[in-house]
Amino acid sequence: MSDISADNPLYRVRKRRNVLMLAVSAVALSFGLFWLVWILATLLYEGGTALLRISLYYQMTPPPGADGGLANAIAGSLLMVGAGTLIGTPIGILAGTYLAEYGRSNWLATGTRFLNDVLLSAPSIVIGLFVYSVYVAQVGHFSGWAGSIALGLLVVPVVVRTTDDMLKLVPDSLREAAAALGCPQWKMVVMVTYRAARAGILTGILLAVARISGETAPLLFTSLNNQFWSLDMNRPMANLPVVIFQFAMSPYEDWQRLAWGGAALITLAVLALNIVARVLFRKAA
Amino acid sequence: MSAVPVSGADYGIAMTVQRNGATPPRRAASGRWKDAAFAWLTRLFALMVFSILAAILFSLVMGSTQSLDKYGISFIWRDDWNPVREDFGALVPIYGTLMTSLIAMLIGVPVSFGIALFLTELSPLWLKRPLGTAIELLAGIPSIIYGMWGLFVFVPLFQSHIQPLLIKTLGNVPVLGLLFEGPPLGIGMLTAGVILSIMVIPFITAVMRDVFELVPPLLRESAYALGGTTWEVVWRVVLPYTRIGVIGGIMLGLGRALGETMAVTFVIGNAHRLSASLMQPGNSIASALANEFTEAVGDLYFSSLIELGLILFVITSIVLGLSKLLLMRLSRQEGTRT
Repeated sequence: MSDISADNPLYRVRKRRNVLMLAVSAVALSFGLFWLVWILATLLYEGGTALLRISLYYQMTPPPGADGGLANAIAGSLLMVGAGTLIGTPIGILAGTYLAEYGRSNWLATGTRFLNDVLLSAPSIVIGLFVYSVYVAQVGHFSGWAGSIALGLLVVPVVVRTTDDMLKLVPDSLREAAAALGCPQWKMVVMVTYRAARAGILTGILLAVARISGETAPLLFTSLNNQFWSLDMNRPMANLPVVIFQFAMSPYEDWQRLAWGGAALITLAVLALNIVARVLFRKAA
Repeated sequence: MSAVPVSGADYGIAMTVQRNGATPPRRAASGRWKDAAFAWLTRLFALMVFSILAAILFSLVMGSTQSLDKYGISFIWRDDWNPVREDFGALVPIYGTLMTSLIAMLIGVPVSFGIALFLTELSPLWLKRPLGTAIELLAGIPSIIYGMWGLFVFVPLFQSHIQPLLIKTLGNVPVLGLLFEGPPLGIGMLTAGVILSIMVIPFITAVMRDVFELVPPLLRESAYALGGTTWEVVWRVVLPYTRIGVIGGIMLGLGRALGETMAVTFVIGNAHRLSASLMQPGNSIASALANEFTEAVGDLYFSSLIELGLILFVITSIVLGLSKLLLMRLSRQEGTRT
């Protein structure tokens, strides 16, 4: 008994190492949380006052030295994120449907799953380059559509992944029951499995929207920017991330203040979307 | 009751069967047609997703033909980048990309391991979810926010407090000191690496957490029953069991770090200069693209930038592909063991 008692030096060393390592892991966790709190606090501190000023939401981006807001950038971002989601979601859902309902584990499904996961983490700036060379360079000008296509391409892998995962969670007995009632397969997919996985698929779409809302790199070469109010998707279009980039890098203090306002706005929106998606997902699972 | 089972309900059923009996051929045919159409539609979109990566690769190769023709493979190790003389080489941005990602991994991997350890082994059940969510929210913050926060908040502090300390201490160590030479500028590769490390923490942590949970409880409990401390169980049982998955998670984080654009662009300094010191401004592939692409004039300049994109795409795809293969191997192994 005395060999494993607290007096045994080996035991004490092991115990001490254990406490030390666990303390280090707690420090690691606080290290991670520390940045989150610091960044959010900075955003609220620097951007909070700008957020509360109503002119932020209805005035256009100003030339340096003048008063202004971010209305055109907010509208442009909403339009392009909306269009990007509309482009990417159907592609993602249908491809995900093939993976979960038809392909399961044939070569096309396995290969698509693999490539889709690579695409999911591929640098978004490369997506911007791609859309630049296949669309912008061909049409000859930057445009809101080009930005939407780039964002849509970023939506696709997120939606494919979640649709695939969520449809696979639907028990096969539901499919068999539908088939036993004489339901054709397409109807079974649309009316039974989609319905069963609805909340999960919606979570995926929300996460995709959250992801593209803050994307800057793919918009630099596609939608560029626009100083004026424009809802014409065929022309360069203002958007929050690129305006934040331009204003933050500028030497003008009022531009920088607007950039902080935009940064706070975008972060709050993205984090809210993330949290809503999580709550929804918890309900679905 | 009579023994003959005839009732209104029976009639009803019989009638429906009869009524349906007249139509089946046509309905079945239309059903089959719609079935085939839907199946092909989904297959078409799966094929489309399947070919996006190939399409990206093809378009980048097409876009960079000029610089590929002119420099060939030497593009990778040429260190000139002079738009005026039209002389281009990728060494500086490649070095910057690899170096910042390496720094990010050196900081990010141990921290992620610590967080995953805390969340799977130490955290009380009621704290698990909020803490996990908080770490995951780090991944939700857009990268431009990291860049802006880095430039305005982190860089001044780093310049006035941490860099002088590093220069004074590590700067005097032989060989290693070369990395910490020069004036404290605030911006530079070290700063970019530190900010990247914060950004990759949630990705690596998420994978590590998932694979740690895969360890069969039996294995863990046996180790505890033998008298192992929590640390010994994690280090000698959990980690060896999940090794492949952990490496997969690290590769995933690396892939993210390599391609990160906006956060790096703000703080790396954007100088096409090769310097041994991490305190000096440098450039990464992604930030060179973000800064110069829309202002590039001349076909060769343009195609050199696209070739930079091609190099980045190839590197990240290989890293991410490897990561995926490793994670797939772990889950397959898991499938056969249980």
